Amino acid sequence: MNVEPLEFEKPVAELERKLKDLRENSKEIEVDKEIRRIEEKIMATKSDIYRNLTTWQRVQIARHKQRPFTLDYFNQCFDDFLELHGDRHVGDDAAMPGGFATVEGRRCVALGHQKGRDTKENLHRNFGAAHPEGYRKALRLMRLGEKFGAPIIALIDTPGAYPGIGAEERNIAEAIAFNLREMMLIRVPIIAVVIGEGGSGGALGIGVADRVLMMENAYYSVISPEGCAAILWKDGKHAPEAAEALKISAPDLKQLGIIDEIIAEPVGGAHHDHVAAAASLKTAVLKHLRELEVKDTDTLLEERYQRFRKFGEFRER
Amino acid sequence: MPIFKKRSISAFGKKKQDMPEGLWQKCPSCGAMIHELDLQQRYRVCPKCEHHFTLNSDERIQMIVDQGSFEEMDANLETVNTLKFKSYEDKIKNYQKRTGLKDAIVTGRSKIGGEPAVIGVMDFRFLGASMGSVVGEKVTRAVEAATAENSAVILFCASGGARMHEGILSLMQMAKTSGALARHAEAKLPYISVLTHPTTGGVTASFATLGDIIIAEPKCMIGFAGPRVVKETTHQNLPPGFQTAEFMMKHGLVDRIVPRSEMRECLTSLLGYMMPRAAA
Ligand SMILES: [Zn+2]
Repeated sequence: MNVEPLEFEKPVAELERKLKDLRENSKEIEVDKEIRRIEEKIMATKSDIYRNLTTWQRVQIARHKQRPFTLDYFNQCFDDFLELHGDRHVGDDAAMPGGFATVEGRRCVALGHQKGRDTKENLHRNFGAAHPEGYRKALRLMRLGEKFGAPIIALIDTPGAYPGIGAEERNIAEAIAFNLREMMLIRVPIIAVVIGEGGSGGALGIGVADRVLMMENAYYSVISPEGCAAILWKDGKHAPEAAEALKISAPDLKQLGIIDEIIAEPVGGAHHDHVAAAASLKTAVLKHLRELEVKDTDTLLEERYQRFRKFGEFRER
Repeated sequence: MPIFKKRSISAFGKKKQDMPEGLWQKCPSCGAMIHELDLQQRYRVCPKCEHHFTLNSDERIQMIVDQGSFEEMDANLETVNTLKFKSYEDKIKNYQKRTGLKDAIVTGRSKIGGEPAVIGVMDFRFLGASMGSVVGEKVTRAVEAATAENSAVILFCASGGARMHEGILSLMQMAKTSGALARHAEAKLPYISVLTHPTTGGVTASFATLGDIIIAEPKCMIGFAGPRVVKETTHQNLPPGFQTAEFMMKHGLVDRIVPRSEMRECLTSLLGYMMPRAAA
Protein backbone atom coordinates (compact mmCIF):
# COMPACT_ATOMS: atom_id res chain seq x y z
CA MET A 1 0.00 0.00 0.00
CA ASN A 2 1.21 3.45 -0.88
CA VAL A 3 0.79 5.47 2.29
CA GLU A 4 0.05 9.15 1.93
CA PRO A 5 2.37 11.08 4.24
CA LEU A 6 0.95 13.56 6.72
CA GLU A 7 2.44 17.05 6.85
CA PHE A 8 4.90 16.22 9.63
CA GLU A 9 5.94 12.97 7.92
CA LYS A 10 7.16 14.74 4.79
CA PRO A 11 10.87 14.77 5.79
CA VAL A 12 10.73 10.96 5.93
CA ALA A 13 8.84 10.72 2.66
CA GLU A 14 11.44 12.94 1.02
CA LEU A 15 14.31 10.74 2.24
CA GLU A 16 12.49 7.62 1.11
CA ARG A 17 12.03 9.06 -2.34
CA LYS A 18 15.75 9.85 -2.53
CA LEU A 19 16.58 6.33 -1.46
CA LYS A 20 14.30 4.79 -4.06
CA ASP A 21 15.80 7.00 -6.70
CA LEU A 22 19.32 6.02 -5.76
CA ARG A 23 18.50 2.32 -5.77
CA GLU A 24 16.78 2.38 -9.12
CA ASN A 25 19.09 4.65 -11.04
CA SER A 26 22.62 3.63 -10.10
CA LYS A 27 24.31 0.27 -10.15
CA GLU A 28 27.71 1.29 -8.85
CA ILE A 29 29.22 -0.02 -5.65
CA GLU A 30 30.05 3.46 -4.32
CA VAL A 31 26.38 4.31 -3.75
CA ASP A 32 26.08 1.51 -1.18
CA LYS A 33 27.58 3.82 1.36
CA GLU A 34 25.20 6.61 0.43
CA ILE A 35 22.23 4.24 0.59
CA ARG A 36 23.26 3.14 4.06
CA ARG A 37 23.65 6.75 5.12
CA ILE A 38 20.13 7.62 3.95
CA GLU A 39 18.65 4.52 5.54
CA GLU A 40 20.19 5.50 8.85
CA LYS A 41 18.90 9.03 8.46
CA ILE A 42 15.39 7.69 7.76
CA MET A 43 15.50 5.59 10.92
CA ALA A 44 16.71 8.53 12.98
CA THR A 45 14.18 10.95 11.51
CA LYS A 46 11.33 8.49 12.04
CA SER A 47 12.27 7.76 15.60
CA ASP A 48 12.64 11.47 16.25
CA ILE A 49 9.22 12.30 14.75
CA TYR A 50 7.24 9.42 16.20
CA ARG A 51 8.77 9.51 19.65
CA ASN A 52 7.78 13.13 20.10
CA LEU A 53 4.34 13.22 18.50
CA THR A 54 2.18 16.11 19.63
CA THR A 55 -1.44 15.38 20.45
CA TRP A 56 -2.52 17.18 17.31
CA GLN A 57 -0.23 15.00 15.18
CA ARG A 58 -1.81 11.94 16.78
CA VAL A 59 -5.25 13.32 15.89
CA GLN A 60 -4.09 13.52 12.26
CA ILE A 61 -2.94 9.89 12.43
CA ALA A 62 -6.20 8.85 14.13
CA ARG A 63 -8.13 10.39 11.23
CA HIS A 64 -5.88 9.07 8.44
CA LYS A 65 -8.09 7.60 5.74
CA GLN A 66 -5.71 4.69 5.24
CA ARG A 67 -5.87 3.74 8.89
CA PRO A 68 -7.42 0.33 9.61
CA PHE A 69 -11.15 0.70 10.30
CA THR A 70 -13.48 -1.53 12.28
CA LEU A 71 -14.17 -4.03 9.48
CA ASP A 72 -10.43 -4.20 8.66
CA TYR A 73 -9.77 -5.28 12.24
CA PHE A 74 -12.66 -7.74 12.10
CA ASN A 75 -11.17 -9.25 8.93
CA GLN A 76 -7.70 -9.52 10.39
CA CYS A 77 -8.54 -10.61 13.93
CA PHE A 78 -11.51 -12.95 13.62
CA ASP A 79 -11.67 -16.51 12.31
CA ASP A 80 -15.06 -15.56 10.93
CA PHE A 81 -17.62 -12.75 11.11
CA LEU A 82 -21.32 -12.99 10.34
CA GLU A 83 -22.87 -9.56 9.98
CA LEU A 84 -26.37 -9.00 11.35
CA HIS A 85 -28.40 -6.02 10.24
CA GLY A 86 -30.98 -3.58 11.51
CA ASP A 87 -32.46 -2.16 14.69
CA ARG A 88 -35.80 -3.97 14.03
CA HIS A 89 -37.65 -0.66 14.00
CA VAL A 90 -36.47 1.93 11.52
CA GLY A 91 -33.49 0.79 9.53
CA ASP A 92 -29.98 -0.54 9.27
CA ASP A 93 -27.19 1.89 10.08
CA ALA A 94 -24.13 1.18 7.95
CA ALA A 95 -22.09 3.44 10.23
CA MET A 96 -22.38 0.76 12.93
CA PRO A 97 -21.87 -2.75 11.54
CA GLY A 98 -21.95 -5.69 13.93
CA GLY A 99 -22.61 -9.37 14.25
CA PHE A 100 -21.34 -12.72 15.50
CA ALA A 101 -17.63 -13.46 15.33
CA THR A 102 -15.20 -16.16 16.37
CA VAL A 103 -11.82 -15.29 17.78
CA GLU A 104 -9.43 -18.14 18.64
CA GLY A 105 -12.38 -20.49 18.89
CA ARG A 106 -14.37 -18.18 21.18
CA ARG A 107 -17.83 -17.02 20.12
CA CYS A 108 -18.37 -13.32 20.61
CA VAL A 109 -20.44 -10.37 19.44
CA ALA A 110 -18.46 -7.69 17.63
CA LEU A 111 -19.59 -4.25 16.55
CA GLY A 112 -18.21 -0.80 15.97
CA HIS A 113 -18.31 2.46 14.08
CA GLN A 114 -17.29 2.14 10.45
CA LYS A 115 -15.84 4.93 8.32
CA GLY A 116 -15.39 4.94 4.57
CA ARG A 117 -12.18 5.39 2.62
CA ASP A 118 -13.57 7.40 -0.29
CA THR A 119 -16.57 9.62 -0.97
CA LYS A 120 -18.80 6.77 -2.13
CA GLU A 121 -17.99 4.64 0.89
CA ASN A 122 -18.38 7.60 3.21
CA LEU A 123 -21.82 8.40 1.86
CA HIS A 124 -22.76 4.82 2.70
CA ARG A 125 -21.05 4.82 6.12
CA ASN A 126 -21.90 8.46 6.93
CA PHE A 127 -18.25 9.10 7.91
CA GLY A 128 -18.68 6.81 10.90
CA ALA A 129 -21.29 9.12 12.43
CA ALA A 130 -24.08 6.79 13.57
CA HIS A 131 -27.79 7.54 13.76
CA PRO A 132 -30.08 6.39 16.59
CA GLU A 133 -30.64 3.16 14.63
CA GLY A 134 -26.92 2.37 14.93
CA TYR A 135 -26.92 2.65 18.70
CA ARG A 136 -30.14 0.65 18.96
CA LYS A 137 -28.79 -2.07 16.68
CA ALA A 138 -25.62 -2.14 18.79
CA LEU A 139 -27.66 -2.74 21.93
CA ARG A 140 -29.77 -5.38 20.20
CA LEU A 141 -26.61 -7.27 19.28
CA MET A 142 -25.18 -6.87 22.78
CA ARG A 143 -28.36 -8.41 24.14
CA LEU A 144 -27.83 -11.35 21.79
CA GLY A 145 -24.37 -11.72 23.26
CA GLU A 146 -25.84 -11.64 26.74
CA LYS A 147 -28.47 -14.24 25.89
CA PHE A 148 -25.99 -16.67 24.38
CA GLY A 149 -23.09 -16.04 26.73
CA ALA A 150 -20.88 -14.40 24.13
CA PRO A 151 -18.59 -11.57 25.27
CA ILE A 152 -18.83 -8.26 23.44
CA ILE A 153 -16.07 -6.48 21.54
CA ALA A 154 -16.86 -2.88 20.56
CA LEU A 155 -14.52 -0.86 18.35
CA ILE A 156 -14.87 2.91 18.64
CA ASP A 157 -14.05 5.12 15.66
CA THR A 158 -16.39 8.07 15.18
CA PRO A 159 -16.17 11.84 14.87
CA GLY A 160 -19.41 11.86 16.91
CA ALA A 161 -23.03 10.79 16.70
CA TYR A 162 -24.72 12.30 13.66
CA PRO A 163 -26.17 15.77 14.35
CA GLY A 164 -28.99 15.58 11.80
CA ILE A 165 -32.67 16.49 11.77
CA GLY A 166 -33.84 12.87 11.51
CA ALA A 167 -31.40 11.84 14.23
CA GLU A 168 -32.92 14.41 16.58
CA GLU A 169 -36.47 13.44 15.59
CA ARG A 170 -35.72 9.80 16.39
CA ASN A 171 -34.05 10.74 19.67
CA ILE A 172 -30.32 10.23 19.18
CA ALA A 173 -29.75 11.50 22.72
CA GLU A 174 -32.00 8.82 24.18
CA ALA A 175 -30.44 6.12 22.02
CA ILE A 176 -27.04 6.95 23.52
CA ALA A 177 -28.33 7.43 27.06
CA PHE A 178 -30.21 4.14 26.94
CA ASN A 179 -27.02 2.31 25.92
CA LEU A 180 -25.09 3.93 28.76
CA ARG A 181 -27.62 2.65 31.24
CA GLU A 182 -28.20 -0.80 29.74
CA MET A 183 -24.53 -1.58 29.06
CA MET A 184 -23.94 -1.18 32.79
CA LEU A 185 -26.20 -4.22 33.35
CA ILE A 186 -25.23 -6.57 30.51
CA ARG A 187 -24.20 -9.86 32.05
CA VAL A 188 -21.28 -10.80 29.80
CA PRO A 189 -17.80 -9.25 29.53
CA ILE A 190 -17.53 -6.13 27.37
CA ILE A 191 -14.27 -4.86 25.91
CA ALA A 192 -14.18 -1.53 24.08
CA VAL A 193 -11.24 -0.36 22.02
CA VAL A 194 -10.84 3.19 20.72
CA ILE A 195 -9.17 2.46 17.38
CA GLY A 196 -9.27 5.94 15.82
CA GLU A 197 -11.54 8.80 16.77
CA GLY A 198 -13.35 8.65 20.11
CA GLY A 199 -15.80 11.44 19.42
CA SER A 200 -17.74 12.35 22.57
CA GLY A 201 -21.14 10.83 23.39
CA GLY A 202 -21.17 9.03 20.06
CA ALA A 203 -18.09 7.11 21.18
CA LEU A 204 -19.23 6.51 24.75
CA GLY A 205 -22.56 5.19 23.43
CA ILE A 206 -20.84 1.83 22.81
CA GLY A 207 -18.05 2.40 25.31
CA VAL A 208 -19.40 1.40 28.72
CA ALA A 209 -17.18 -1.64 29.16
CA ASP A 210 -15.23 -3.73 31.65
CA ARG A 211 -12.04 -2.77 29.88
CA VAL A 212 -11.47 0.24 27.68
CA LEU A 213 -8.34 -0.04 25.56
CA MET A 214 -6.91 2.45 23.13
CA MET A 215 -4.68 2.29 20.09
CA GLU A 216 -1.52 4.32 20.62
CA ASN A 217 -2.50 7.10 18.20
CA ALA A 218 -6.24 7.17 18.78
CA TYR A 219 -7.89 10.03 20.63
CA TYR A 220 -10.92 10.17 22.91
CA SER A 221 -12.53 13.48 23.77
CA VAL A 222 -15.63 15.21 25.04
CA ILE A 223 -15.42 17.68 22.13
CA SER A 224 -13.43 17.82 18.90
CA PRO A 225 -10.27 19.95 19.12
CA GLU A 226 -11.76 22.17 16.40
CA GLY A 227 -15.01 22.58 18.34
CA CYS A 228 -13.15 23.44 21.52
CA ALA A 229 -10.95 25.95 19.67
CA ALA A 230 -14.02 27.56 18.11
CA ILE A 231 -15.46 28.14 21.58
CA LEU A 232 -12.30 29.16 23.42
CA TRP A 233 -10.37 31.04 20.75
CA LYS A 234 -13.34 31.76 18.46
CA ASP A 235 -11.17 30.18 15.77
CA GLY A 236 -10.82 26.53 14.71
CA LYS A 237 -7.19 27.19 13.75
CA HIS A 238 -6.25 26.85 17.39
CA ALA A 239 -7.22 23.17 17.31
CA PRO A 240 -3.63 22.00 18.04
CA GLU A 241 -3.59 23.95 21.32
CA ALA A 242 -7.10 22.75 22.16
CA ALA A 243 -6.04 19.13 21.51
CA GLU A 244 -3.16 19.56 23.96
CA ALA A 245 -5.32 21.26 26.61
CA LEU A 246 -8.12 18.66 26.47
CA LYS A 247 -5.69 15.77 27.21
CA ILE A 248 -7.17 13.42 24.64
CA SER A 249 -4.17 11.28 23.66
CA ALA A 250 -3.78 7.68 24.81
CA PRO A 251 -0.84 8.48 27.15
CA ASP A 252 -2.80 11.34 28.76
CA LEU A 253 -5.92 9.21 29.18
CA LYS A 254 -3.91 6.33 30.63
CA GLN A 255 -2.49 8.73 33.17
CA LEU A 256 -5.99 9.98 34.04
CA GLY A 257 -7.08 6.37 34.55
CA ILE A 258 -9.75 6.55 31.85
CA ILE A 259 -8.30 3.70 29.78
CA ASP A 260 -6.81 0.42 30.92
CA GLU A 261 -4.15 -0.21 28.30
CA ILE A 262 -2.45 1.45 25.34
CA ILE A 263 -2.11 -0.88 22.35
CA ALA A 264 1.18 -0.23 20.54
CA GLU A 265 0.97 0.62 16.84
CA PRO A 266 3.57 -0.14 14.18
CA VAL A 267 6.18 2.62 13.65
CA GLY A 268 4.52 5.62 12.02
CA GLY A 269 1.02 4.52 12.97
CA ALA A 270 -1.45 1.73 12.26
CA HIS A 271 -1.96 2.87 8.66
CA HIS A 272 1.61 1.82 7.78
CA ASP A 273 0.91 -1.82 8.63
CA HIS A 274 -2.66 -3.09 9.06
CA VAL A 275 -1.57 -6.65 9.77
CA ALA A 276 0.75 -5.68 12.60
CA ALA A 277 -1.79 -3.25 14.09
CA ALA A 278 -4.50 -5.91 14.05
CA ALA A 279 -2.13 -8.45 15.62
CA SER A 280 -1.45 -6.13 18.59
CA LEU A 281 -5.15 -5.39 18.99
CA LYS A 282 -6.03 -9.08 18.93
CA THR A 283 -3.35 -9.94 21.50
CA ALA A 284 -4.55 -7.22 23.85
CA VAL A 285 -8.25 -8.07 23.49
CA LEU A 286 -7.60 -11.78 24.09
CA LYS A 287 -5.50 -11.04 27.16
CA HIS A 288 -8.30 -8.97 28.73
CA LEU A 289 -10.96 -11.43 27.64
CA ARG A 290 -9.13 -14.22 29.48
CA GLU A 291 -8.99 -12.10 32.62
CA LEU A 292 -12.70 -11.23 32.44
CA GLU A 293 -13.99 -14.71 31.52
CA VAL A 294 -13.04 -16.20 34.87
CA LYS A 295 -14.92 -13.60 36.93
CA ASP A 296 -18.36 -14.45 38.22
CA THR A 297 -21.05 -12.25 36.73
CA ASP A 298 -21.92 -10.27 39.86
CA THR A 299 -18.26 -9.37 40.42
CA LEU A 300 -17.96 -8.40 36.77
CA LEU A 301 -20.95 -6.06 37.01
CA GLU A 302 -19.87 -4.55 40.32
CA GLU A 303 -16.41 -3.84 38.93
CA ARG A 304 -17.88 -2.33 35.77
CA TYR A 305 -20.06 -0.04 37.90
CA GLN A 306 -17.12 1.00 40.07
CA ARG A 307 -14.89 1.50 37.03
CA PHE A 308 -17.10 4.40 35.92
CA ARG A 309 -18.30 5.39 39.40
CA LYS A 310 -14.83 6.57 40.37
CA PHE A 311 -14.40 9.04 37.49
CA GLY A 312 -14.40 12.71 38.40
CA GLU A 313 -12.34 14.98 40.59
CA PHE A 314 -13.67 17.43 43.14
CA ARG A 315 -13.01 18.63 46.63
CA GLU A 316 -15.35 18.61 49.57
CA ARG A 317 -14.95 20.94 52.48
CA MET B 1 -53.40 8.95 46.15
CA PRO B 2 -51.83 11.62 48.27
CA ILE B 3 -54.04 14.61 48.78
CA PHE B 4 -52.68 17.74 47.26
CA LYS B 5 -53.36 21.24 48.37
CA LYS B 6 -52.45 24.24 46.29
CA ARG B 7 -49.86 26.19 48.19
CA SER B 8 -50.33 29.79 49.09
CA ILE B 9 -48.40 32.12 46.88
CA SER B 10 -46.48 33.60 49.77
CA ALA B 11 -44.65 30.28 50.19
CA PHE B 12 -42.89 31.04 46.97
CA GLY B 13 -42.19 34.69 47.51
CA LYS B 14 -39.36 34.31 49.98
CA LYS B 15 -37.24 37.06 48.48
CA LYS B 16 -40.07 39.59 48.42
CA GLN B 17 -38.60 41.73 51.18
CA ASP B 18 -35.20 42.29 49.60
CA MET B 19 -36.60 43.05 46.15
CA PRO B 20 -36.37 46.73 45.24
CA GLU B 21 -39.73 48.33 44.48
CA GLY B 22 -40.73 49.13 40.94
CA LEU B 23 -38.55 46.53 39.26
CA TRP B 24 -39.90 45.67 35.84
CA GLN B 25 -38.94 42.70 33.68
CA LYS B 26 -39.32 42.58 29.94
CA CYS B 27 -40.72 39.33 28.59
CA PRO B 28 -38.15 38.03 26.08
CA SER B 29 -40.91 36.38 24.08
CA CYS B 30 -43.68 39.00 23.71
CA GLY B 31 -41.96 42.13 25.02
CA ALA B 32 -44.56 42.82 27.73
CA MET B 33 -43.28 44.67 30.80
CA ILE B 34 -44.08 42.67 33.92
CA HIS B 35 -43.60 43.70 37.51
CA GLU B 36 -41.17 41.51 39.43
CA LEU B 37 -43.76 40.81 42.13
CA ASP B 38 -46.27 39.78 39.49
CA LEU B 39 -43.74 37.39 38.04
CA GLN B 40 -43.02 35.88 41.44
CA GLN B 41 -46.68 35.28 42.06
CA ARG B 42 -47.16 33.61 38.69
CA TYR B 43 -44.27 31.09 38.95
CA ARG B 44 -42.25 33.45 36.75
CA VAL B 45 -44.56 32.89 33.79
CA CYS B 46 -45.50 35.81 31.54
CA PRO B 47 -49.20 36.72 32.03
CA LYS B 48 -49.50 37.80 28.39
CA CYS B 49 -47.91 34.93 26.47
CA GLU B 50 -47.18 32.20 29.04
CA HIS B 51 -43.45 32.44 28.41
CA HIS B 52 -41.61 30.55 31.16
CA PHE B 53 -38.77 32.68 32.53
CA THR B 54 -35.66 30.80 33.63
CA LEU B 55 -35.81 29.81 37.29
CA ASN B 56 -32.86 29.56 39.60
CA SER B 57 -32.51 26.40 41.67
CA ASP B 58 -33.81 28.01 44.84
CA GLU B 59 -37.00 29.24 43.17
CA ARG B 60 -37.57 25.82 41.60
CA ILE B 61 -37.14 23.95 44.85
CA GLN B 62 -39.56 26.20 46.72
CA MET B 63 -42.10 25.81 43.97
CA ILE B 64 -42.03 22.02 44.03
CA VAL B 65 -41.37 20.49 47.45
CA ASP B 66 -43.59 20.24 50.51
CA GLN B 67 -42.89 23.33 52.52
CA GLY B 68 -39.88 22.99 54.80
CA SER B 69 -39.09 19.47 53.61
CA PHE B 70 -35.95 20.18 51.61
CA GLU B 71 -32.62 19.05 53.06
CA GLU B 72 -29.70 19.82 50.82
CA MET B 73 -27.10 17.10 50.17
CA ASP B 74 -23.42 17.45 49.28
CA ALA B 75 -23.56 21.22 49.36
CA ASN B 76 -19.80 21.58 49.64
CA LEU B 77 -18.64 19.79 46.52
CA GLU B 78 -16.41 22.01 44.42
CA THR B 79 -14.59 21.54 41.19
CA VAL B 80 -10.83 21.09 40.90
CA ASN B 81 -9.03 21.97 37.72
CA THR B 82 -7.70 18.49 36.94
CA LEU B 83 -6.63 19.32 33.39
CA LYS B 84 -5.15 22.68 34.45
CA PHE B 85 -7.42 24.22 31.86
CA LYS B 86 -6.63 27.86 31.24
CA SER B 87 -8.61 30.33 33.39
CA TYR B 88 -11.09 27.65 34.51
CA GLU B 89 -10.59 28.39 38.21
CA ASP B 90 -11.23 32.09 37.70
CA LYS B 91 -14.35 31.29 35.74
CA ILE B 92 -15.65 29.07 38.53
CA LYS B 93 -14.89 31.66 41.22
CA ASN B 94 -16.69 34.24 39.17
CA TYR B 95 -19.84 32.12 38.83
CA GLN B 96 -19.71 31.17 42.49
CA LYS B 97 -19.65 34.82 43.45
CA ARG B 98 -22.45 35.70 41.04
CA THR B 99 -24.81 32.85 41.98
CA GLY B 100 -23.90 31.96 45.55
CA LEU B 101 -23.69 28.34 44.38
CA LYS B 102 -20.66 26.03 44.43
CA ASP B 103 -21.53 24.48 41.07
CA ALA B 104 -24.39 24.02 38.61
CA ILE B 105 -26.74 21.73 40.53
CA VAL B 106 -28.45 21.64 43.92
CA THR B 107 -29.49 18.22 45.22
CA GLY B 108 -31.31 17.11 48.32
CA ARG B 109 -33.92 15.01 50.06
CA SER B 110 -37.48 16.27 50.06
CA LYS B 111 -41.10 15.31 50.27
CA ILE B 112 -43.47 15.99 47.43
CA GLY B 113 -47.11 15.46 48.24
CA GLY B 114 -45.86 13.46 51.21
CA GLU B 115 -43.77 11.05 49.12
CA PRO B 116 -40.01 10.88 49.64
CA ALA B 117 -38.17 12.19 46.62
CA VAL B 118 -34.52 12.98 46.15
CA ILE B 119 -34.39 15.91 43.79
CA GLY B 120 -31.72 17.61 41.75
CA VAL B 121 -32.17 21.03 40.21
CA MET B 122 -29.72 22.27 37.62
CA ASP B 123 -29.08 25.99 37.65
CA PHE B 124 -28.49 27.42 34.21
CA ARG B 125 -26.94 30.59 35.60
CA PHE B 126 -23.84 28.62 36.62
CA LEU B 127 -21.69 28.21 33.50
CA GLY B 128 -24.71 27.19 31.44
CA ALA B 129 -25.36 24.33 33.89
CA SER B 130 -22.67 22.35 32.12
CA MET B 131 -21.92 18.93 33.57
CA GLY B 132 -18.48 18.36 35.02
CA SER B 133 -17.29 16.17 37.87
CA VAL B 134 -19.28 18.01 40.54
CA VAL B 135 -22.63 17.84 38.73
CA GLY B 136 -21.99 14.19 37.82
CA GLU B 137 -20.96 13.25 41.35
CA LYS B 138 -23.90 15.06 42.97
CA VAL B 139 -26.43 13.44 40.62
CA THR B 140 -24.82 10.03 41.21
CA ARG B 141 -24.81 10.42 45.00
CA ALA B 142 -28.41 11.65 44.94
CA VAL B 143 -29.54 8.66 42.87
CA GLU B 144 -27.57 6.22 45.02
CA ALA B 145 -29.10 7.70 48.17
CA ALA B 146 -32.58 7.39 46.66
CA THR B 147 -31.92 3.74 45.82
CA ALA B 148 -30.70 3.04 49.35
CA GLU B 149 -33.63 4.88 50.95
CA ASN B 150 -36.43 3.73 48.62
CA SER B 151 -37.01 7.22 47.32
CA ALA B 152 -38.07 8.52 43.99
CA VAL B 153 -35.64 10.61 41.96
CA ILE B 154 -36.75 13.78 40.22
CA LEU B 155 -34.17 15.69 38.21
CA PHE B 156 -34.94 19.14 36.81
CA CYS B 157 -32.65 19.33 33.82
CA ALA B 158 -31.21 22.36 32.09
CA SER B 159 -27.80 22.28 30.55
CA GLY B 160 -25.56 23.49 27.78
CA GLY B 161 -23.99 20.02 27.80
CA ALA B 162 -20.77 18.52 29.06
CA ARG B 163 -18.25 20.89 30.65
CA MET B 164 -15.44 21.18 28.14
CA HIS B 165 -12.98 22.49 30.73
CA GLU B 166 -12.94 19.10 32.45
CA GLY B 167 -12.35 17.22 29.21
CA ILE B 168 -12.89 13.47 29.24
CA LEU B 169 -13.84 13.51 32.94
CA SER B 170 -17.01 15.39 32.07
CA LEU B 171 -17.83 12.85 29.33
CA MET B 172 -17.45 10.05 31.88
CA GLN B 173 -20.10 11.66 34.10
CA MET B 174 -22.65 10.59 31.48
CA ALA B 175 -21.80 6.92 32.06
CA LYS B 176 -21.53 7.37 35.82
CA THR B 177 -24.94 9.01 36.28
CA SER B 178 -26.62 6.58 33.87
CA GLY B 179 -25.09 3.67 35.78
CA ALA B 180 -26.52 4.94 39.07
CA LEU B 181 -29.93 5.24 37.38
CA ALA B 182 -29.61 1.65 36.13
CA ARG B 183 -29.41 0.47 39.73
CA HIS B 184 -32.24 2.77 40.83
CA ALA B 185 -34.39 1.31 38.02
CA GLU B 186 -33.51 -2.23 39.08
CA ALA B 187 -34.90 -1.39 42.53
CA LYS B 188 -38.19 -0.50 40.79
CA LEU B 189 -38.20 3.04 42.08
CA PRO B 190 -39.60 5.92 40.03
CA TYR B 191 -37.40 8.39 38.22
CA ILE B 192 -39.03 11.47 36.72
CA SER B 193 -37.01 13.73 34.47
CA VAL B 194 -38.26 17.28 34.00
CA LEU B 195 -36.77 19.02 30.98
CA THR B 196 -36.52 22.79 31.25
CA HIS B 197 -35.09 25.44 28.98
CA PRO B 198 -32.62 24.55 27.55
CA THR B 199 -31.61 20.88 27.89
CA THR B 200 -28.90 19.87 25.44
CA GLY B 201 -25.76 17.85 24.75
CA GLY B 202 -24.31 15.38 27.22
CA VAL B 203 -27.09 15.88 29.76
CA THR B 204 -29.76 15.09 27.16
CA ALA B 205 -27.68 12.07 26.10
CA SER B 206 -27.57 10.72 29.65
CA PHE B 207 -29.90 11.16 32.63
CA ALA B 208 -32.31 13.70 31.07
CA THR B 209 -33.76 11.16 28.62
CA LEU B 210 -33.74 8.16 30.99
CA GLY B 211 -36.81 9.05 33.03
CA ASP B 212 -39.60 6.53 33.52
CA ILE B 213 -41.61 9.63 32.91
CA ILE B 214 -40.26 12.59 30.96
CA ILE B 215 -41.96 15.94 31.41
CA ALA B 216 -41.13 19.12 29.55
CA GLU B 217 -41.92 22.73 30.33
CA PRO B 218 -43.80 24.47 27.51
CA LYS B 219 -41.68 25.74 24.61
CA CYS B 220 -38.38 24.77 26.20
CA MET B 221 -35.53 23.84 23.91
CA ILE B 222 -34.48 20.18 24.05
CA GLY B 223 -31.87 18.59 21.83
CA PHE B 224 -28.66 16.68 21.46
CA ALA B 225 -26.73 18.81 18.98
CA GLY B 226 -27.13 22.58 18.92
CA PRO B 227 -29.40 23.87 16.13
CA ARG B 228 -26.47 25.71 14.49
CA VAL B 229 -24.43 22.51 14.31
CA VAL B 230 -27.40 20.65 12.82
CA LYS B 231 -27.87 23.35 10.23
CA GLU B 232 -24.20 23.53 9.31
CA THR B 233 -23.82 19.76 9.10
CA THR B 234 -26.94 18.99 7.11
CA HIS B 235 -27.20 22.15 4.96
CA GLN B 236 -30.94 21.88 5.45
CA ASN B 237 -33.50 24.32 6.78
CA LEU B 238 -34.66 23.28 10.21
CA PRO B 239 -38.35 22.36 10.46
CA PRO B 240 -40.51 24.88 12.37
CA GLY B 241 -40.37 24.41 16.11
CA PHE B 242 -37.33 22.11 15.79
CA GLN B 243 -36.05 20.91 19.18
CA THR B 244 -38.86 22.46 21.23
CA ALA B 245 -40.90 20.63 23.85
CA GLU B 246 -43.81 20.62 21.39
CA PHE B 247 -41.61 19.09 18.68
CA MET B 248 -40.52 16.39 21.16
CA MET B 249 -44.18 15.75 22.02
CA LYS B 250 -45.13 15.41 18.36
CA HIS B 251 -42.38 12.85 17.81
CA GLY B 252 -43.36 10.85 20.88
CA LEU B 253 -40.26 11.65 22.92
CA VAL B 254 -41.85 13.11 26.08
CA ASP B 255 -44.81 11.99 28.21
CA ARG B 256 -46.35 15.36 28.91
CA ILE B 257 -45.81 19.08 28.55
CA VAL B 258 -46.66 20.60 31.89
CA PRO B 259 -46.91 24.33 32.59
CA ARG B 260 -45.12 25.47 35.70
CA SER B 261 -48.29 26.28 37.60
CA GLU B 262 -49.32 22.60 37.36
CA MET B 263 -45.90 21.03 37.85
CA ARG B 264 -46.13 20.25 41.55
CA GLU B 265 -49.60 18.80 41.17
CA CYS B 266 -48.50 16.65 38.26
CA LEU B 267 -45.41 15.32 40.06
CA THR B 268 -47.47 14.57 43.16
CA SER B 269 -49.97 12.67 41.10
CA LEU B 270 -47.26 10.69 39.27
CA LEU B 271 -45.49 9.72 42.48
CA GLY B 272 -48.86 8.53 43.78
CA TYR B 273 -49.09 6.10 40.86
CA MET B 274 -45.47 5.02 40.92
CA MET B 275 -44.14 4.83 44.48
CA PRO B 276 -43.99 1.30 45.85
CA ARG B 277 -46.82 0.44 48.23
CA ALA B 278 -46.86 -2.14 50.97
CA ALA B 279 -48.89 -5.17 49.85
CA ALA B 280 -52.50 -4.84 50.93
ZN1 LIG C 1 -44.62 37.31 27.27
